[in-house]
Amino acid sequence: MSFPLLTATAVAPALGAVVTAAVPAAQRAAAKWVALGFSLLTLALAAVVLVRFDPGGARFQLTESHAWIKDFGVRYELGVDGIAVALIALTAVLIPFIILAGWHDADPLEGARPNSRWRPTQGFFALILMVEAMVVISFEATDVFLFYIFFEAMLIPMYFLIGGFGDRAGGRSEEETATQRSYAAVKFLLYNLAGGLIMLAAVVGLYAVTADELGTGTFSLQEIVQARAGGHLDMASSTERLLFLGFFFAFAVKAPLWPLHTWLPNAMGEATAPVAVLITAVVDKVGTFAMLRFCLQLFPEASKWATPAIMILALISIIYGALLAIGQRDIKRLIAYASISHFGFIILGIFAMTTQGQGGATLYMVNHGVSTAALMLVAGFLITRRGSRLIEDYGGVQKVAPVLAGTFLIGGLATLSLPGLAPFVSEFLVLVGTFSRYPAFGVIATVGIVLAALYVLILYQRTMTGPVKAEVRSMPDLRVRELVVVAPLIALLIFLGVYPKPLADIVNPAVDHTMSVVDKKDPRPDHPVTDAGWFTYSPKSDGASHDGASGGAK
Amino acid sequence: MTHAATVHSLWTTAAAAPDKIPSPDIEYGQLSPTLIVLGAAIVGVLIEALLPRRQRYVAQVFVSVVALAAAFAAVIGLAAGDYGTSKAHVAAMGAIAVDGPALFLQGTILLVALVAVFTFAERRLDPLVHGNRVDSFAAQAAAVPGGDAEKAAVKAGFTTTEVFPLVLFAVGGMLVFPSANDLLTLFVALEVFSLPLYVLCALARRHRALSQEAAVKYFLLGAFSSAFLLFGIALLYGYAGTVTYSGIADVVDGQVRNVTPALAGTMGNDALLLIGGAMVLMGLLFKIGAVPFHMWTPDVYQGAPTPVTGFMAAATKVAAFGALLRLLYVVLPGLRWDWRPVMWGVAIVTMLGGAIVAVTQTDVKRLLAYSSIAHAGFILAGVIATTPDGVSSVLFYLAAYSFVTLGAFAVVTLVRDAGGEATHLSKWAGLGRRSPLVAAVFAVFLLAFAGIPLTSGFAGKFAVFKAAADGGAGALVVIGVISSAIAAFFYIRVIVLMFFSEPRTDGPSVAVPSPLTSSAIAIGVAVTLVLGVAPQYFLDLASQAGVFVR
Repeated sequence: MSFPLLTATAVAPALGAVVTAAVPAAQRAAAKWVALGFSLLTLALAAVVLVRFDPGGARFQLTESHAWIKDFGVRYELGVDGIAVALIALTAVLIPFIILAGWHDADPLEGARPNSRWRPTQGFFALILMVEAMVVISFEATDVFLFYIFFEAMLIPMYFLIGGFGDRAGGRSEEETATQRSYAAVKFLLYNLAGGLIMLAAVVGLYAVTADELGTGTFSLQEIVQARAGGHLDMASSTERLLFLGFFFAFAVKAPLWPLHTWLPNAMGEATAPVAVLITAVVDKVGTFAMLRFCLQLFPEASKWATPAIMILALISIIYGALLAIGQRDIKRLIAYASISHFGFIILGIFAMTTQGQGGATLYMVNHGVSTAALMLVAGFLITRRGSRLIEDYGGVQKVAPVLAGTFLIGGLATLSLPGLAPFVSEFLVLVGTFSRYPAFGVIATVGIVLAALYVLILYQRTMTGPVKAEVRSMPDLRVRELVVVAPLIALLIFLGVYPKPLADIVNPAVDHTMSVVDKKDPRPDHPVTDAGWFTYSPKSDGASHDGASGGAK
Repeated sequence: MTHAATVHSLWTTAAAAPDKIPSPDIEYGQLSPTLIVLGAAIVGVLIEALLPRRQRYVAQVFVSVVALAAAFAAVIGLAAGDYGTSKAHVAAMGAIAVDGPALFLQGTILLVALVAVFTFAERRLDPLVHGNRVDSFAAQAAAVPGGDAEKAAVKAGFTTTEVFPLVLFAVGGMLVFPSANDLLTLFVALEVFSLPLYVLCALARRHRALSQEAAVKYFLLGAFSSAFLLFGIALLYGYAGTVTYSGIADVVDGQVRNVTPALAGTMGNDALLLIGGAMVLMGLLFKIGAVPFHMWTPDVYQGAPTPVTGFMAAATKVAAFGALLRLLYVVLPGLRWDWRPVMWGVAIVTMLGGAIVAVTQTDVKRLLAYSSIAHAGFILAGVIATTPDGVSSVLFYLAAYSFVTLGAFAVVTLVRDAGGEATHLSKWAGLGRRSPLVAAVFAVFLLAFAGIPLTSGFAGKFAVFKAAADGGAGALVVIGVISSAIAAFFYIRVIVLMFFSEPRTDGPSVAVPSPLTSSAIAIGVAVTLVLGVAPQYFLDLASQAGVFVR
């Protein structure tokens, strides 16, 4: 038996969580280093996964499969495709930065209660690692039930991270902060739990359908996809649509898609900046990832049926998120609404059902993770210095702390998809992919980019430029620890912006496969002259995609 | 003259009867779990009568633990001897079924009772009274609350060690209840386990008036439901001419007609069957605590001493669901198109009613009471499936649920202020800061109640929902997840309260328990996590045990 690499990648942070939690209360500095060590170990394992993964190879690689709960037809089945590998890498890269950025987040809670068992620092870092473990295993699971378990279970550590370790900035009384914080945590949990429970009904339904049609119920993605392709598994279209909606609802809450998004600004606003990054850059990606992996592949017909409605919701998310971001007075809530807008782009790309669209959406997941992390973490450093989240409390920071302002600007420019930075590539692909099938939607979505420029530049202008406010005059610039967090993220943004090929190479075969399961081909270009795929990669179905048989609007 | 003739003829028919009474043939070995427990209960009574007061506590705890463990070993022995599967049959002259579900449920009840006895025996939580260690039970049950006799009893350091034989009698009845194979045995078993529970409910050391009120309420409503059950039994006898399960089932299936001349007028009358069946079901649904027969649950759960509540909530539910399953699957399968719609309705209002009313509760014990109602609804969804999977999922759910419940109530006994247990939710604010471990353990139980994955609650919920969906009750599954979502709200509210609220300065403290309660809680947590992460072995066990003998 070969080394269970995927299990190890998920177990490493889980083990880290246990070890971190076990560090004695007095040694809280050691706990931070232990957590960082385990996150780096996970990163190393994720790097091995990335290296061992062969983009041209089988659909799912590094697979592991063991019987788990026979009665429910549940297997412990892991396997990664290009999309999963990219997202695992993103998660593993971001967590060490999140831990470093949150180095002092739990300190205010220390000493508040003289109790030998009270260990907030250990708890904070253990919870972050716990979330990482659960996110990684949800990216790896190819068994629907296994995925569901961790999809749901990750809510619990997330909930404690939001509710237990909130942002103390904001100039409110301690009591009001506590109320707001627990409100945000409960809202997060209830939204996601409601989504998850509806999905549970669909999961049970899926079991009933497979048990009916195949004799034994199964949750194995590969088995179900094969059975559907081979015609052994017929779902009545009404059943399929209901199941699809059950799954999609949960993912749309998680993603989050308008109108199920309202928990995100609360959660991101009240959580500390590193936890906010954890929510939007890591945990929420599970939602969009699951749309690609489960919604489209398990229910291809229903996905096509629902596409118009979902595209419209995605468009609303893009525009609505951007408009609300412009109107925000709170830096973190602004970034939250910007994220809603970006998730709109990702979902738009997924349901455009073109290779560019889905490839772009996958790249967008990675790039949005990195760019939001950069912007949010710098914003977090800024907020800790001033003790306020309100934009109006800042002004002229670039004169006092030029490095901070510069990194904030780069993070912001990445968020508005400036060419040369990573998100541009993905946003462009999403728009191209959407435009080739739904020109009108593509045009409307482009408005989102203009609005993005507005909210980012207004934010920068109001906080960083202008006369130096008295309160920010003595603001120190970025410290070494903070630079260590920000610099690599910015380097990554620039690298992926000018040379996205390595990432695209990993992602594209998986996207092609998804497209083939959904039985969709790219529409024929109006001027098929120079379009030979993108970045020298040519899809296997290249010839077929030009025959025009399935062109048109659907 | 005619009058005399009637008497005469009656007398002669009766006189002929002795020939027909067969000599009883009792399989003592197969009934050994029940016999051990009842025997130990009688030993317990003798201990009360003969031993000096100081030695009773140790002797009673010893006898109870040994008896429950021995009875459990006997159940294991029977199961290992294939009495659960290939050798399943009806013992004791057709009165008791020895089969898979019976053994599985008996095993569960015995383990639950064993853990519950640990919490009954706890004597470190209350402060010393006149230098004596005391438990959760009244010094002298017969003394009037607040009266001179009570003060004297407290001063003398009396404790009510009678609780142990009472528990054993209750357990004896519960062991018979799910394995009863005729309606009279069912009724006798019901009374055998109910009467000790009524008494146990009245024995709280603190808030005695509340406790006695709970007991009276429970007794009155319980007596009422027993009457329903008994009347239903009479009607079913009129319908079938027999009280054995298989006999009634044969008549329902139309295989037997008019064998008893005396009942020629009523036998096979569907009105009797439907009304009788409904009344028997009512009696059982009362014990389960299903809406609309749930009214007693919150008051009794709140008033009873907490260890008793935990025992009652866990073990009664197991026993009553076992009896319900047997009744519906053995006696009335031929009537399933009649009872399924009714049970659908009951399951729906139970799930939604329990979950919605729980949202407004402010007392931990009442909250858990309403949550137990909601859970009864989830289990009913599995009962309605009428597939073999339905039986095994219900068995699994019962085993999983009962340990979570026991553990949760054991934690409730730890949180105390000057007035005894601090059950009002506002007092639990900030408990997570004060005693992270206790709060974390309680959070685990709450998450299991809420059905969060990796806890036994999720595995159980999934099992019953899967069975229900397979059995064609998809709509029930949807309503089930909706009420789960509602239920999640109030479980989470308690977690919020414990971890994210500021502790009150006059808040309760967490008592340091003896190893007894600690081990009860530890067993609860262990079972919750093991059944959540690796449920396969127990699911196998439940599905092997899922066949009723007829």
